[in-house]
Amino acid sequence: MPENPNPDRDLTPEVSAETDVARLGHTSPPPAHEQTADEDADVVDWDRVAAMEQFKALLRAKNAFIVPATLFFVVYYFALPVLVGWFPELMEKRIGPVNYAYLFALSQFFMAWAVAFVYLRKAAKFDEEARQIIARLDQPKGEKPE
Amino acid sequence: MNFFLAAAASPAAAPAGFQFTPALGMFLAFVLVTLGITYWSARKSTGASNYFAAGRGITAWQNGLAVAGDYMSAASFLGIAGMIAFKGYDGFMYSVGWLVAYLTVLLVVAEPLRNAGKYTMADVLAYRLSPRPVRAMASLSTLTVSTFYMIAQMVGAGALVKLLLPGVGYEWAVTGVGVLMIVYVVFGGMLATTWVQIIKAVLLMSGSLFLSILVLKHFDYSFVKFFEAIGKVPVAGPDGTIVHKDFLKPGLIFGLEVTKGWGPIDLISLGLALVFGTAGLPHVLVRFYTVPDAKTARISVVWAMIIIGAFYIMTTFLGFGAATILTPANISVENMSAPLLAKALGGEIFFAFISAVAFATILAVVAGLTISASTSFAHDFYTNVLHHGRERGPGEEVRVARIAAFVVGAVAIVLAIKLQTINVAFLVGLAFAVAASANLPVIVLSLFWKRFNTAGAVWGLGVGLVGSIVLIILSPSVMDPNGKALIKAEPWFPLKNPGIVSIPLGFIAAWLGTILSNDRTSEEKFAELTVRANTGLGAEKATSH
Repeated sequence: MPENPNPDRDLTPEVSAETDVARLGHTSPPPAHEQTADEDADVVDWDRVAAMEQFKALLRAKNAFIVPATLFFVVYYFALPVLVGWFPELMEKRIGPVNYAYLFALSQFFMAWAVAFVYLRKAAKFDEEARQIIARLDQPKGEKPE
Repeated sequence: MNFFLAAAASPAAAPAGFQFTPALGMFLAFVLVTLGITYWSARKSTGASNYFAAGRGITAWQNGLAVAGDYMSAASFLGIAGMIAFKGYDGFMYSVGWLVAYLTVLLVVAEPLRNAGKYTMADVLAYRLSPRPVRAMASLSTLTVSTFYMIAQMVGAGALVKLLLPGVGYEWAVTGVGVLMIVYVVFGGMLATTWVQIIKAVLLMSGSLFLSILVLKHFDYSFVKFFEAIGKVPVAGPDGTIVHKDFLKPGLIFGLEVTKGWGPIDLISLGLALVFGTAGLPHVLVRFYTVPDAKTARISVVWAMIIIGAFYIMTTFLGFGAATILTPANISVENMSAPLLAKALGGEIFFAFISAVAFATILAVVAGLTISASTSFAHDFYTNVLHHGRERGPGEEVRVARIAAFVVGAVAIVLAIKLQTINVAFLVGLAFAVAASANLPVIVLSLFWKRFNTAGAVWGLGVGLVGSIVLIILSPSVMDPNGKALIKAEPWFPLKNPGIVSIPLGFIAAWLGTILSNDRTSEEKFAELTVRANTGLGAEKATSH
């Protein structure tokens, strides 16, 4: 690999080239297509978005689902080792040929699927909210964002 | 009569002879197909985002299959089936946690990670923390988790191929698996790895489904008959006579009596490591960078959950089927339960197919581990820690990753051959414990706690990593008074799974490190990270193909 004679010069080809993660050279700012997530900080005014009432409402709505859902599945899941470990006589009761222990373990799979599907439906609404927030940002300057 | 020895003895009377069996044929077919895919991928894998993230062009169902293929290891397929066949219900309890763990991935980690990162888990941490110390620690933790997990898989692979393909030695089996995984990753990058995982998932699901149907057919498609048979499995009693045991009854592995009272706590500890560790496993997390956006990442997790859940429910049939139809006395090695059941119910060809599935399973998992380890080394450590985020020439990061994949693979081959005789199953538990105690606390805190800072992340990662390793070394997995483990001594720590202690340790260290430091610079970018994580503004886009 020959030494780069001028470290300030950006060697990246300009148009639709295969490019790589980081900029070349040591001091020049990276071209737009090279910017990593933490470099293109001025894509939008982040603090303004964070202060928007609509964005705060989105965060509240997300937490109002995710926090209880997480608590629920954690409690439901750890009930299995607790019940099986310390209350074996209860879990050995049978319905037909199957005991409670197996049925409760099996129910965990359906619980996980159910939480996932409910979340998918909720998340579609969150996506719509996020889209509306982004759409507001795209309005031409001069119009006042709320 | 021992099924397996009978099978091994008849066609290959001379053990040195290299017999062409149906199993070998199917192994070779799988190898040829995957090498073809690697050749195709190699032509597309130019540029970092193509090499590390398959151009971010993987669709939701493809990624769902690939996540499942990355995750369901031979330990699940053969190990859990074997555990259920020998210990009944408690083996099935293992199955449950592997699916429930994905709720953490779905609800907490997948979307913010996709929105705010680029190639590795450390991207999210480096976002508002000081990049170099955080990336160095995250890279160390990633390499540790991947290496432990990989050695466990490779040692298992060697033992397995030796059983499935009599005549192929352990060293050859390990070397073969290692070379193939290096070829996939070095030449084909993430795209080839993804397709190997997809094919493996399809093979594993169809093999398990067919085997489950054969088990049900054996019981005239009657669940009642099946479960009645599980209620009275013949096993050898202490005096050599056959006694009938209820295999649905809990307690053979984790019961209070067999574990001196520690079993249920050990099981809870394992559950904690699974539920919090899966969302911190580097090879699972990198999969979410291969899709175009956070919505696709979310849907792919749900696809993965459907596949993984269906598979672990089927371990009921694989495990209890082997227990009832073969009975434990007729299974030579616990891990061979599923293949031997296939042989008994479906004949030589089905045995060959299930063997090839097991082989594909191992290859897909080790390839996923290799690419996540080499990506973390090249992107986090080499480029961002050593070279301050600058490449010194075009394509350097990818070249370093290819070399790293080669080195990681070679080291894994050597270690797996050296550790041949040691029971390394605990290394999988250790990988999960480190992921849960070191990686997850810092990911969660950096996403949700404004005050969290660099010192907190470094302390959290360090204490979580070291704490898990030390507790495992002091546990019955490594210290055994009867000399069955690495160290012959009375264990200092009573649990095999350190999660219940090491996970709180990781969180406490991250919290203490944060509040003991006056560094408040990380708070400036919290608003930015929150907006990105929740809206996808400024997220990495897919490259067009």
